[in-house]
Amino acid sequence: MINHLDRTNQIVEVCLLAGKIMLQNGAETYRVEDTMMRIAASFGIRESHSYVTPTGIIFSIDGTGPTKLIRIAERSTDLQKVIIVNSISRKISSGELSLKEAYDMLKEVETNRLAYPLWVQVAAAAIASGCFAIIFQGSWSDFLPALISGGGGFYCLDFVHRLVKIKFFAEFLASFIAGILAMCFVAIGLGHDLDKIIIGSVMPLVPGIPITNAVRDLMAGHLVAGLSKGAEAFLTAFAIGTGIALIFSIY
Amino acid sequence: MIEQLLTSFIATAAFGIIFNVPKKLLLNGGLVGMIGWFIYISFVEYDFDSVLATFVATFFIALISQLFARIYKTPMTIFSVSGIIPLVPGGLAYEAMRHFVIDDYNLALQLAAKAFMISGAIAMGLVFSEVINQIIKKA
Repeated sequence: MINHLDRTNQIVEVCLLAGKIMLQNGAETYRVEDTMMRIAASFGIRESHSYVTPTGIIFSIDGTGPTKLIRIAERSTDLQKVIIVNSISRKISSGELSLKEAYDMLKEVETNRLAYPLWVQVAAAAIASGCFAIIFQGSWSDFLPALISGGGGFYCLDFVHRLVKIKFFAEFLASFIAGILAMCFVAIGLGHDLDKIIIGSVMPLVPGIPITNAVRDLMAGHLVAGLSKGAEAFLTAFAIGTGIALIFSIY
Repeated sequence: MIEQLLTSFIATAAFGIIFNVPKKLLLNGGLVGMIGWFIYISFVEYDFDSVLATFVATFFIALISQLFARIYKTPMTIFSVSGIIPLVPGGLAYEAMRHFVIDDYNLALQLAAKAFMISGAIAMGLVFSEVINQIIKKA
């Protein structure tokens, strides 16, 4: 009996770990729930319930064992981890991994830092900004200013977010800095269309993941999670808008 | 046109890096974004409303993402998140904000409503392709 309980606990641990990694790195809520229940089912637990919101996971198994709760405080975006956990879950479902192996693999994923280094991300954001200035019908003389102010804004986002843990404020400041940089460039005669430069340079801040996840979660019937993701997207958009509005009111 | 396609490809692929999409899938993400943007500008060029253009573009972005998701056995969002970014009404929202600041609420509200409609079109595009996907799965 004790053995049985022990095994059940281990299964719950594996499920929670997988769920936690996915949720922290930008997976949709319904995918997290689905993955956890699939893992439990392939280890022989037919009836399990998971309730996931963007800030916490509740997981329970019918019959023995207590219900477990995990609080998710930090969220970031690392889709690579989501892919890896997804494939681990596939392997578990096809019976390729034992409980111990699965746990070790997940632990490894959790502690590994797979993300691109910061300078690569800033460079990517900068290039994206420059390209967006062109996409929105800017001229090539706007490319370089948008590139630099977009990169600057994105770096500021990361820097401030590490300093103060308020995402809204970091986004607000990032769009403000990007706008100021763009204005400086236009003032010294580099680039001529201020609007296009600013739009391009705030694009890396756009909440793409919350938007898509909110819609997909709402459609899957996860109303609480979908609405809170939607609120997150709206807050971010609002922060960016406020930063830009502040520039105009100074200007 | 080629300029637009090229920049949209690079921009969406670069967004993949920001979201930490694995290296070997970055180009696919870029391709999804480019196709979406191509559909959008083609529609707008033929004088269709930008809301309709956004809807159709998002629909195909999500459809292609689902196709890639099945081929590479990954979650579909990997491809669609960066693909929809060019369609986000950043320009409109920006203009709206600018008019709000100078107290021109008439124009600001018009622009904001349009931006809101386009956001809705993105959501509807995602939903429709989701429905198609589920129908295909069942069939």
